[in-house]
Amino acid sequence: MLSYNLNHLRELEAESIFVIREVAAQFQNPVLLFSGGKDSIVMLHLAVKAFFPARLPFPLLHIDTGHNFPETLDYRDNLVKKISARLLVGSVQESINKGRVVEETGVNASRNVLQTVTLLDAIEEHGFDAAMGGGRRDEEKARAKERFFSHRDEFGQWDPKNQRPELWNLFNGKKKPGEHFRIFPLSNWTEMDVWQYILLEKIEMPSLYFAHERECVDRKGVLLAKSEYVKLTDGEKWEKMTIRFRTIGDMSCTGATVSHASTIEDIILEVAAARQTERGSRADDKRSETSMEDRKREGYF
Amino acid sequence: MNRNNGNAYLDMELLRFTTAGSVDDGKSTLIGRLLYDSKSIFEDQYEAIKITSEKRGEDFVNLALLTDGLRAEREQGITIDVAYRYFATPKRKFIIADTPGHVQYTRNMVTGASTANLAIILVDSRKGVVEQTKRHAFIASLLGIPHLVICINKMDLVDYSQKVFESIKKEFQGFASKLNIQDIQFIPISALHGDNVVEKSDKMPWYGGPGLLYLLETIHIGSDLNLVDCRFPVQYVIRPQNDEYHGYRGYAGRIAGGVFKPGDKVMALPSGFTSTIKAIDGPEGPVQEAFAPMSVTIRLDDELDVSRGDMIVRENNRPQTCQDIDIMVCWMNTKKMLPDGKYGIRHTTRDARCIVRKIHYKVDVNTLHRIQDDLDVGMNDIARISIRTTQPFFVDKYQINRNTGSVILIDEATHETLGAGMII
Ligand SMILES: Nc1nc2c(ncn2[C@@H]2O[C@H](COP(=O)(O)OP(=O)(O)O)[C@@H](O)[C@H]2O)c(=O)[nH]1
Repeated sequence: MLSYNLNHLRELEAESIFVIREVAAQFQNPVLLFSGGKDSIVMLHLAVKAFFPARLPFPLLHIDTGHNFPETLDYRDNLVKKISARLLVGSVQESINKGRVVEETGVNASRNVLQTVTLLDAIEEHGFDAAMGGGRRDEEKARAKERFFSHRDEFGQWDPKNQRPELWNLFNGKKKPGEHFRIFPLSNWTEMDVWQYILLEKIEMPSLYFAHERECVDRKGVLLAKSEYVKLTDGEKWEKMTIRFRTIGDMSCTGATVSHASTIEDIILEVAAARQTERGSRADDKRSETSMEDRKREGYF
Repeated sequence: MNRNNGNAYLDMELLRFTTAGSVDDGKSTLIGRLLYDSKSIFEDQYEAIKITSEKRGEDFVNLALLTDGLRAEREQGITIDVAYRYFATPKRKFIIADTPGHVQYTRNMVTGASTANLAIILVDSRKGVVEQTKRHAFIASLLGIPHLVICINKMDLVDYSQKVFESIKKEFQGFASKLNIQDIQFIPISALHGDNVVEKSDKMPWYGGPGLLYLLETIHIGSDLNLVDCRFPVQYVIRPQNDEYHGYRGYAGRIAGGVFKPGDKVMALPSGFTSTIKAIDGPEGPVQEAFAPMSVTIRLDDELDVSRGDMIVRENNRPQTCQDIDIMVCWMNTKKMLPDGKYGIRHTTRDARCIVRKIHYKVDVNTLHRIQDDLDVGMNDIARISIRTTQPFFVDKYQINRNTGSVILIDEATHETLGAGMII
């Protein structure tokens, strides 16, 4: 007798595809948030499968902090072309120019927090009623209770006490006008699952994820890459190191890891042996123990 | 994992389980222990709880803090909702739906249990089977969880006594014979010291069974899903607007039961039209077989008018088509259920409205007795009710198929999910 078993990656894949299709079916005007990071790359890969051979029934939205790694933008543009997707860009610089937000100052200045306003503005401007993000529950404590379908009020805020119970595969995306949903198709994936799936599916990844030489500064244990957005303070200096990135975000706050992992297999071995959660290398989470939770309430990804 | 067997992860299965226990039975400690001993804890997470433990003046690192969640709970010192945790061994990936054991939180356990293959129920060896143990076992059986593991915890506090273990086991079995659970196992553990959690304990030589992790890694889950009755709720219709795939019309969805193959004679509900499966496209391309829980796209030989909410089944094995349905409902909102109340309802991918026609009885979740003199159904109540829907649903009994036997009730004004229903 044949065995009717899916391995864990195929089961996660089936679940995520189901969720993405559910979004297309239940919402009028959904969008997929694409950051160029590995999670959103995998989410997009799954979305393409979900509707094959048709094109994606929703556009992609990239929130551009203006502090992106150039590699991220190249990768994004190539991929968008390859799958003939529609790409929208929300610009943090524009939000600053319009006076919607004020640029942070000081050595640790980052645009990560400002993204929230740009995102909410873009959602309002385009009238999106659902925004899919690559968030995973294993990333951070505050995410462990996040739903697949996460309800946001008319201010885009998340109320951890007022989330709908989620039972079986019955996702409830009903809402009042002005409210919207954040959807997390990768909720049940771990960092390891994501890399194993990338290997299994041979998904092409941005070069930033692989070991390379780069000048960095060690700021309280966080290695920041040299760029015009990172200013040295007293006693700090640029040093050439062999590093890679475990997550990719804003150049001003994404920390690198010393690494020689040059293939996906190497990365998997490294993740298996890793001693730090991947968010541990992000300067923005170090600000306070509950910083992720605070940002989520305000409508962060 | 090393380079030689870099593909080992391709043989890993997924097991979803839920944990329940009364407050202080040691649930957080147990989960912390599983995560820590299976090396799923990172250094920075461990450092954080070590610091907190020291601040609180505890003389050991409190593993229970690992599963601590939102700020409100940190302040109140309790868990208030379902939180999901992940860990993996070379054999399996595990998803834990961690639900609190508070008296009023039946709703959370029902939510966590709805997707679980297995439930762990903790019993404090000093207290034995208490009301909440019975409640948790009842909910596990109501939600159709196929495997139940009773962990008798804090064995260190009863001198690792076989007598204590056996008497709790016997008492539980007596109660459980009234429930519908296929597979129940008992393990004596100490979550605090790690006995029989990841490593088998040498302090209980009288216990011949497996440690908890070994059991979780090896328990047979291959036949938990219904692979007999073919059910395919149509989720989305794929019709590419490009030249290359002109004329492609595929029905996308997740298989809710059974095995489908190209060449199968099928029927679409509600229309009753029949056709033959031309091809099945999986995420990796065409497949010769598709089974639950795969997400696929089915193409038929004939152009039928099939849309979201319809169901594709085998002609000679159909679900019941009905509008009058009896369900066991777990109520999940502070707003009470109204007799004659009208609600939105979802079953598989099908939406409709329904009216509550009769509330038969409530269940006392601690004693399993029927309550007939108080039919007020409020938050955390479980009741048997009859409803009538505005459109026919294609249903199976929940005990036969959890996917086609479940519904949710939705508030038509606020759109909140109010109740979870299991079709009887
Ligand atoms: N002696 C002993 N104490 C335990 C054991 N498991 C948990 N505890 C203690 O029981 C208390 C409650 O445990 P906790 O995990 O927070 O319980 P929860 O409320 O079920 O999550 C804590 O003080 C634990 O240290 C055990 O196996 N032996």
